[in-house]
Amino acid sequence: MRALAVGDRALLVELADGDEAGALHAELLRRRAEGTLPAVREIVPAARTVLLDGLDDPGTFARELTAWEIPALHARVEDAIEVPVRYDGPDLAAVAALWQVTEEEVAQIHSAAEFRVAFCGFAPGFGYLTGLPQRYAVPRRVTPRSSVPAGSLALAGPYTGVYPRSSPGGWQLIGTSDAVLWDAARQPAALLSPGTRVRFVPEHAGIRR
Amino acid sequence: MTDRAFAVVRAGALTTVQDLGRPGHAHLGVPRSGALDAHSGRLVNRLAGNAESAAVLETTLNGCAVRPRCVVTVAVGGAPCPVTVDGRPVAWGAPVRVAAGSVLEIGPAVRGVRSYVAFAGGITVDPVLGSRSTDLLSGLGPAPLADGAVLPLGKPAGPPGRVDGGVPWPAPPAELVLRVRLGPRADWFTDTALRTLASAAYRVSSASNRIGLRTKGPALERAVHGELPSEGVVLGAVQVPPDGCPVVFLADHPTTGGYPVVAVVDERDLAAAAQAVPGVPVRFVLNRRTG
Repeated sequence: MRALAVGDRALLVELADGDEAGALHAELLRRRAEGTLPAVREIVPAARTVLLDGLDDPGTFARELTAWEIPALHARVEDAIEVPVRYDGPDLAAVAALWQVTEEEVAQIHSAAEFRVAFCGFAPGFGYLTGLPQRYAVPRRVTPRSSVPAGSLALAGPYTGVYPRSSPGGWQLIGTSDAVLWDAARQPAALLSPGTRVRFVPEHAGIRR
Repeated sequence: MTDRAFAVVRAGALTTVQDLGRPGHAHLGVPRSGALDAHSGRLVNRLAGNAESAAVLETTLNGCAVRPRCVVTVAVGGAPCPVTVDGRPVAWGAPVRVAAGSVLEIGPAVRGVRSYVAFAGGITVDPVLGSRSTDLLSGLGPAPLADGAVLPLGKPAGPPGRVDGGVPWPAPPAELVLRVRLGPRADWFTDTALRTLASAAYRVSSASNRIGLRTKGPALERAVHGELPSEGVVLGAVQVPPDGCPVVFLADHPTTGGYPVVAVVDERDLAAAAQAVPGVPVRFVLNRRTG
């Protein structure tokens, strides 16, 4: 763990990998709920870092942080959110070819995995979900689409995501979901927030376990 | 229907509703947003007798025109510009009473970029996550003003502010000096690049917007190639995309990003950045204080 100064009020804490970043994020939230974390405006987990912004004294906090014992991520127990999907995306065949499986097997492999929202960004409610085994990582499309429909289930690198609204995008589209990822009038507005566990449930999949 | 409202006569190049923004949601991918020149946004609110958190209009370069449906006190500040009511000049930087049905015209900025218009009672569009700010990156909050739109106003909270002693409006910068602190990814750049950042003459690019102040100048050469995994970024972060020209992240910046942040601009200098017109020279001044 290494804490880098970001301006005068923020710290970027760098971890070894995404699991460690997720574990530190969970611990930060736990300590904030408990009232033992210094006042902070933003806690932003990402691929292998956690940003803390709005600290009064980042230097002192950085030194305290190194003495923390951080429980491993898998110690957390809460129910996974189920997101219904149809595996019908325009890049499904391309992903099947990359994985060297059939399109049906793409759906089986993807819906069998248990995901976790590693971090959010790109658009409100867009979560970067990890959980697919490393061998299923896929490159971004060579040419990004100028418009990806809202609800598109997509893959890029080690991540899975669902586009909350129509936007340009370079991820490989493997399916569609009617789940409402973001609704500012809803509480909470975001269906997925960092740390949320997620499973994708194929629609019309009665015969598949 | 309520008459506490105004109609948009001329929306201008880009006029948005802004308040102090919506901090605290960066982990959901929600930018802070809010008035880019927050100092001016606060001042016009005080002049109009509002709390500093009331929503105001932020114009871009060529102003806007509105027709209040009720008598209302307004205050225009930020980038200096001509202000008229039904074609007659009125004060800039001071409370002005506008009659119901009159046209309040905020003219083009004489210097600077963004003028701010506060209405007594504030603009009371529905808040999203606690803020009425238009967020151009993620499309939260009210849409930018369009001709013919009608926006609601709240009840005045107090008397207009006093301006006896004059109001401290900083002049839009002829040269933009941005105090920066290196990091968190300064080590992704060569020593030469860091010297260049601290000494070279950059200029404000016309591609600047509420998301970032883009600059033109010598490219900053990277010492570490390859991709940086996405990480959280702060207001004022100086991100360096592949073309090597620094971009200073402003209020509508993305909350996570994948290009290295070479330095962070002191938040006190961002109001000036909001008023720097394209072509203005930019200097990054290194603050070597360690934390």
